[in-house]
Amino acid sequence: MKKEWPLWEVFIRGQHGLNHRHVGSLHAPDAELAIKNARDVYTRRKEGVSIWVVPSAQITASDPGAKDALFEPSVDKIYRHPSFYDIPDEVGKM
Amino acid sequence: MIGADDKIVNDALFEWLLRRGDTALVLGHRVSEWCGHGPVLEEDIALANIALDLIGQARMWLSFAGELEGRGRGENDLAYLRDAWDFRNLLLAEQPNGDFGKTVMRQFLFDVFNVLMLRALEKSTDDRIAAIAAKALKEADYHLDRSADLAIRLGDGTPESHRRMQEALDSLWSYTGEMFAADAVDAALASAGIAPDPASLQAEWRKIVDGVLTEATLTVPDSDFAHTGGVTGRHSEHLGHLLAEMQFLQRAYPGATW
Repeated sequence: MKKEWPLWEVFIRGQHGLNHRHVGSLHAPDAELAIKNARDVYTRRKEGVSIWVVPSAQITASDPGAKDALFEPSVDKIYRHPSFYDIPDEVGKM
Repeated sequence: MIGADDKIVNDALFEWLLRRGDTALVLGHRVSEWCGHGPVLEEDIALANIALDLIGQARMWLSFAGELEGRGRGENDLAYLRDAWDFRNLLLAEQPNGDFGKTVMRQFLFDVFNVLMLRALEKSTDDRIAAIAAKALKEADYHLDRSADLAIRLGDGTPESHRRMQEALDSLWSYTGEMFAADAVDAALASAGIAPDPASLQAEWRKIVDGVLTEATLTVPDSDFAHTGGVTGRHSEHLGHLLAEMQFLQRAYPGATW
């Protein structure tokens, strides 16, 4: 029997209008207790207004070994950055 | 000049505030003893949070008590410079932590009472008490959510966790009756509309407790026997040891701050 509780990734929305942000992980026997544990471990200094938890096993990660192939090609393509456009003042903050 | 009736209510209110404050303080200290010893990191932090909530509630009740008394005693004097016989906490609060199951059970039995008491106090004729209750209730609701959840999980868990939870319930049950044993202090405050008669909370408490314990597959002991005396200053041997640790610093280094 596996004794260790499964690992969960915790995402917290800091305030209304912002995205949930990954803040860390924790152990819990199920989703309900993962939310409670996340509340106690990650929001005790009033960090959040909403919590998501996801089983860590459900996260598919990119291969660190493939880093060069995945990300290097974009390094010298600065024309992909939108910094060449003049944004009218009326648009406001983007 | 304050009338004789006001004096009676004020004296009763002081006693009653000590009961609220001391129960929160002593239970908060008990829960804080888990700090660094929790069964898992997540639970360790959750317990520390609960302890801090309870100590926060104690501060509100005891500050009020000190002001009402009018003898210059603040929350710290009341918490750190009284001896066991001056404490007015429920006996349930001072019971030792035991194993994690016993701590959860003690918390659950208290949390149900605390939530019902605070809910009633939100409607107190005393604005300050109503405000303290409103603030504390949000914390207590979460404490109950958590302790009820854990009681069910552990009671209806493995044979080992079930056995431990049943033992915890058996050993703590006789300390629950004191929560509802009303005396002259309660009667004075109830007639002034300041606080509910604790006996009036018992039926609802029992209904909630039965619901959770049934789901937890635990059996409520068939006994009405109740240890009493905590709220009038007659405590079990455990309180003195708890105070010795809790008060050591202020006793050895009076007025120390950091």
